[in-house]
Amino acid sequence: MGENGKGGLDTLPESVSSQHRPVAKMGYLQLKLFKRVFNLRTARGFLSVLIFLALWQLVVYVKVPYLQYLPYPRQVAASGMTAVASWQYWADWGLSLERIFVGFIAAQIIGIPLGLAMGISKVFKGFSFPLFEILRPIPPIAWIPLAILFWPTRELSIYFLVFIGAFFIIVINVLQGVSNISVSLKWAASSLGAKPKDIFWRILLPGSLPSIITGMTVGMGVTWNVLIAAEMIAGQGGLGRATWEAYTNGNIPLIVVGMVSIGLAGYLSSTLVRWFGEKAMPWNREV
Amino acid sequence: MAKGKTPQGAISIKNVTKIYDPEGVHVVAMQDCSFDIAAREFAIIVGPSGCGKTTLLNAIAGFDGITSGEIFLDGELISSHQKQIKPNVDRMVVFQSGALFPWKTVMENVIYGPIVQGTMKKTEALARGRQMLNQVGLAGIEDKYPEELSSGIQRRVEILRALINEPRVVMLDEPFRGLDAVAKTVMHEFLVGVYCTSPRTMFFITHDLDEAIFLGDKVVIMTTRPARVKKIVTVDMPWPREHHIKTSKLYLDLKGEVLEAVHEEAKKAFQAGERELA
Repeated sequence: MGENGKGGLDTLPESVSSQHRPVAKMGYLQLKLFKRVFNLRTARGFLSVLIFLALWQLVVYVKVPYLQYLPYPRQVAASGMTAVASWQYWADWGLSLERIFVGFIAAQIIGIPLGLAMGISKVFKGFSFPLFEILRPIPPIAWIPLAILFWPTRELSIYFLVFIGAFFIIVINVLQGVSNISVSLKWAASSLGAKPKDIFWRILLPGSLPSIITGMTVGMGVTWNVLIAAEMIAGQGGLGRATWEAYTNGNIPLIVVGMVSIGLAGYLSSTLVRWFGEKAMPWNREV
Repeated sequence: MAKGKTPQGAISIKNVTKIYDPEGVHVVAMQDCSFDIAAREFAIIVGPSGCGKTTLLNAIAGFDGITSGEIFLDGELISSHQKQIKPNVDRMVVFQSGALFPWKTVMENVIYGPIVQGTMKKTEALARGRQMLNQVGLAGIEDKYPEELSSGIQRRVEILRALINEPRVVMLDEPFRGLDAVAKTVMHEFLVGVYCTSPRTMFFITHDLDEAIFLGDKVVIMTTRPARVKKIVTVDMPWPREHHIKTSKLYLDLKGEVLEAVHEEAKKAFQAGERELA
C-alpha cells in the first residue's frame, strides 16, 4: 500500500487503505492466514470449479447425447454425503492409502540406493543398467497377471504392483540426478579436503535430492494409476474396488463419488510429497 | 618480489606435455610447457580458448594427470607421468562456472574446508568465517543460499571459501567471466584487497587483458594448442594496485605488448580452424 504513494503523499493512501480493508482489524497471524486462503489465486481456482459444475449441470439438463445418464452434481453430492457418513467409505480410504504408502516407501528404500549405486559405480551400472532398461518400459499394469499368480496373497501382489509403479521412476531419476552433478562441485569438495565418504554424503546425496524429489512426485502419480487398476482387478476393498463395485451395482452417482475420492487422495499424496520436498531442500525455493 | 618472509607456494612447471586419449583421437593439449611462478607471486595465464590453460590448472590441482614432464610445488614433485598428488587444501581452485554448494548457506560453504578436514572446531570456524565476511564487507549474508545472491557476490564467497584454508596456491579459472565491466572492477578491488592482506601464490586464468595487467605480477601468454609459453610479460607496478594505473603509460605499453602476442596466437588459432569455445 505504502509503495503506491510517493513523497509527501506517503501517509495518505496508507491511512485510507487501512480504513477500508476489514483485514486490517485482525492480528498479524490471522491476517497472514486470511491472505493465504482468500486471495486472487484461490478465487480463480474456486471459479474454475464452479464453472465446471455449471457446465456439468447444463450437460445433463439439456441431455447431451451419450451423456444423458450422467447424474446431476447434486445427486453425486447426496451420494457423497451418505458415503462420507459410512464407516466403509473411510475403510476404503485407509486401505488404499496403506497400499500406496507401503509400496511407495518400499520403492524409495530400494530404489534410491540402487540409483545412487548405479550413478556412482560404472561397473555396477554396466551390470545392472541393460537389464533395468529392458524391464523399465513394461507398463506396471502389465505386471498384474504375474503379480497375482506369484505372490501368496492379493494384498502382497498389490503392494508389489504399487512398488513397480514407483520403483523404475525413482531409480532413473536418482541415476540422472547423480550424473548431472557438476564435476566442479566434486572437485571443489575434494580440494577442500573432502574424502570419498564426505563426497557421497555431502555432495552426491544433497546434489541428487532435487531429482529424488522429482522422481517421488512423478512416482506418486503413477502409483495411484497402478493401485486403482490393481484394486479393480484383484483387490478387496480400497477406493478403486469401491468404484468398481458401484459400477457393477449400476450406481452411477457412487461411481463419480469414487472417482472424486481417488482424485482427492492422489492430490493429497502429491501435496505430501511436495511438502516433504520443500522441507528437505530449503535452498530450492522454486519448487 | 618479497611480499612475505618464508617462501611458500613456488610452482615450477617443467616440460609438461598432456595428450588426451593417446591411443584414440590423440589431442595434444600441452607440449613441452615450462615456466616458474615464484612464491606469493600473482601469475596470470592468458591464451586462446581451448589452448590448454585449464588442463594445466587441473594438473597442478591434482584433478588430472599429465603425460610427461614434471610439476613441483615448493620443490616437491606433485605431478609427473607416474605420480599424481591428490587434490589438497594447499592448492585451492575457484572454478569457471562457480562451484559453491547450492544446498549450503554462505556460511556453511565458507567453513566447509576446515570442518570437513577437522582442522577447526565449529565455533572457531564460524568466528573465522564471520570475520572474513566482515572484512570484505559481506556481513549479513551468512544464512543466505548461493542462489539468492548475485553472481559477483557468489564469486567473492567462493574465493573466501578457498582462502579460509590458507592454501599455498590459489588457482582461479576465469572467475569473473560473465560479469560486466563495473562488477569486475569491484571484484578486482576485492581480490587486490585479499591478496595484499595475505599474499599467496595466485594462478589466474583469464581472457580479459585489462584484468591480466591490473592484477598480475607477470602475464604468461600461452600459444595456441598445443599450449606452450609464448611470452612472459612482467608487470612491475606497485601493490596495492589502484584503478588510476590503468591510464598510466607503463600500463598501456604493457597492454599493447600483451595484446600483440595474444592476437598473434588468436590468429593462428583461428587459421587452424579452432573456434572460440565461448
